Amino acid sequence: MHLQGIDYAIIGVYFVFVLGIGAALKRFMKTSLDFFESGRSLAAWITGLAFLSANLGAQEVIGMAASGAKYGIMTSHFYWVGAIPAMIFVGVFMMPFYYGSRAHSVPEYLRLRFDEKTRALNAVSFAVMTLFSSGISMYVMGLLFQLLLGWDINVSIFVSAIVVLVYILLGGLTSSIYNEVLQFFLIVFGFLPLVFIGLMHAGGWSGLQSRLSTVATNAGFAPGAWTQSWQHMGSPAANPMGVEWFGMAMGLGFVLSFGYWCTDFLVIQRAMAAKSMNAARRTPLLAAIPKMFFPFIVILPGMIAIALLPSSSFVVNGKLDYNMAMPLMLEKFYPPGLLGLGLTALVASFMSGMAGNVTAFNTVWTYDIYKAYLHKNAGDADYMRMGRMATVFGTLASVATAYVAMQFGNIMDLLQLVFSFINAPLFATFLLGMFWARATANGAFWGLLSGTTAAGIHYFLTGVGAAATTKLHGYPSDMAQNFWGAIWAWSACFVVTIVVSLVTKPRAAAELKGLVYSLTPKITEEGVAWYRRPVLLAIIVGALTIALNIYFW
Amino acid sequence: MQLDLRYPIGLMFGIIGLLLIGYGLLGDQSVYAVSLGVNVNLWAGLGMTAFGGLMLGGGWLSARRTSPTERP
Repeated sequence: MHLQGIDYAIIGVYFVFVLGIGAALKRFMKTSLDFFESGRSLAAWITGLAFLSANLGAQEVIGMAASGAKYGIMTSHFYWVGAIPAMIFVGVFMMPFYYGSRAHSVPEYLRLRFDEKTRALNAVSFAVMTLFSSGISMYVMGLLFQLLLGWDINVSIFVSAIVVLVYILLGGLTSSIYNEVLQFFLIVFGFLPLVFIGLMHAGGWSGLQSRLSTVATNAGFAPGAWTQSWQHMGSPAANPMGVEWFGMAMGLGFVLSFGYWCTDFLVIQRAMAAKSMNAARRTPLLAAIPKMFFPFIVILPGMIAIALLPSSSFVVNGKLDYNMAMPLMLEKFYPPGLLGLGLTALVASFMSGMAGNVTAFNTVWTYDIYKAYLHKNAGDADYMRMGRMATVFGTLASVATAYVAMQFGNIMDLLQLVFSFINAPLFATFLLGMFWARATANGAFWGLLSGTTAAGIHYFLTGVGAAATTKLHGYPSDMAQNFWGAIWAWSACFVVTIVVSLVTKPRAAAELKGLVYSLTPKITEEGVAWYRRPVLLAIIVGALTIALNIYFW
Repeated sequence: MQLDLRYPIGLMFGIIGLLLIGYGLLGDQSVYAVSLGVNVNLWAGLGMTAFGGLMLGGGWLSARRTSPTERP
């Protein structure tokens, strides 16, 4: 892939603005509330788009296109069954507790609701996860640009690290959020033309359908396997993803996506920066609206790629690698100009993925580790200084993990697996914490540990495909094993939390006011314009998502 | 008191949009074989510039509405 002057110009404009926004925000960073929480002053459309984009790393853009090529429209389940219901739930039911408790972070909510050891468990595991996620983002980006453009991987890593470091040091969370909103629009403008051009080449949706039916039958499936999202989910053998509807709905739709969208501080932090309770509740709901249309921007290019390009295009170093789907589409169908825009969108996604992790890290470090255990009553200026130091440290640690990933590629897969063990039970803990006043701190702590352990045990006792002959149980695909592992982990946490809570002493009801559903006054929506009512928005979003599911049945 | 995000967004997309319009009109026209002859740079550039203008307009209107002379 070769870039022309116009492409470099567009990338250059982006970098100027990213740093410029950071510089322009510096004078508003006066207190730690400004630096870590944007002064809790941002409008819902901004926090909503940031909520969406913080999650939207380039790994999703590239990964979803790869899955679109590999599995077809079934990939949309990650959005229409996974993300959207979880986003609706967190906005309507959980935001009141996150925002209303005035906690600075998700671990701090756990301290308020439960106790210190539960908070510590969550804070430490989350802090480690953000550093590794950030490093992996950096490494994957460096690798991609080395492959596509021949850019030196070390230069990519260091330049992106420095840029992210500078704009967060200058403008804190607000800088990160503003750049995430920028990233969102770049992705839309950067990839939507690709869908139009690709569909023109494929003969529209019906042309794509007929080409993909050839792909499906060549792979041994029914003709509609790539273009129908539910029909072939009766059994794992009938679809390329190798899952049946129940495992997918409960494992992905419930445990994994609720576990992520409802408890991951990376996204919740954006909603907590909103200017009011109403804005905070609307944040995930406003994010859900573009989210539900994202399959058309990220998954469709992958489907078009496998329909139009020969399968030899996907072979990298002798191995089949569908991650090349999106870059190949950019290379083959974009002229110079738009090519620069598409690459800028990718760069923006990687960098805001890193920045989001670094801001989540510096907040959890400063409030949940430094302030909680190391230096309890320091002044505000001290916490701000610590926040900036944590930003520097967090960026350096991310660079280090990027190099670890470079040396030990397989370790990264292992680490991501371990993180899924940690995430799966979290939602059970929060669900019980927010909706069952009787849940106790010991229940939560032991529940979390049991859930993670259960996930680990399940992983070692089961296998996939041919490798399963020596194990207790076999799954037809990695995804099926992943989804069912999540179900087991969640269930273990749920049960253990309940059992341990029933035999330990709960806190007095007065202490839990504002932290638990039954002990908190209901929020009324009177005097609020109809388009600002969370419940109504939730119903609209839900109905649209169901309609999309039905259309692509 | 905060930087209105609509200004930088509007400005950035306005600039990129104008760059693409310029390149689309003045640059090498043979590159559009990949898009079946459609000058996608021009169309994308027009769309982005329009979007940039909307953002800048929205920011300006908002600033006018909350100008100091109107506050009690």
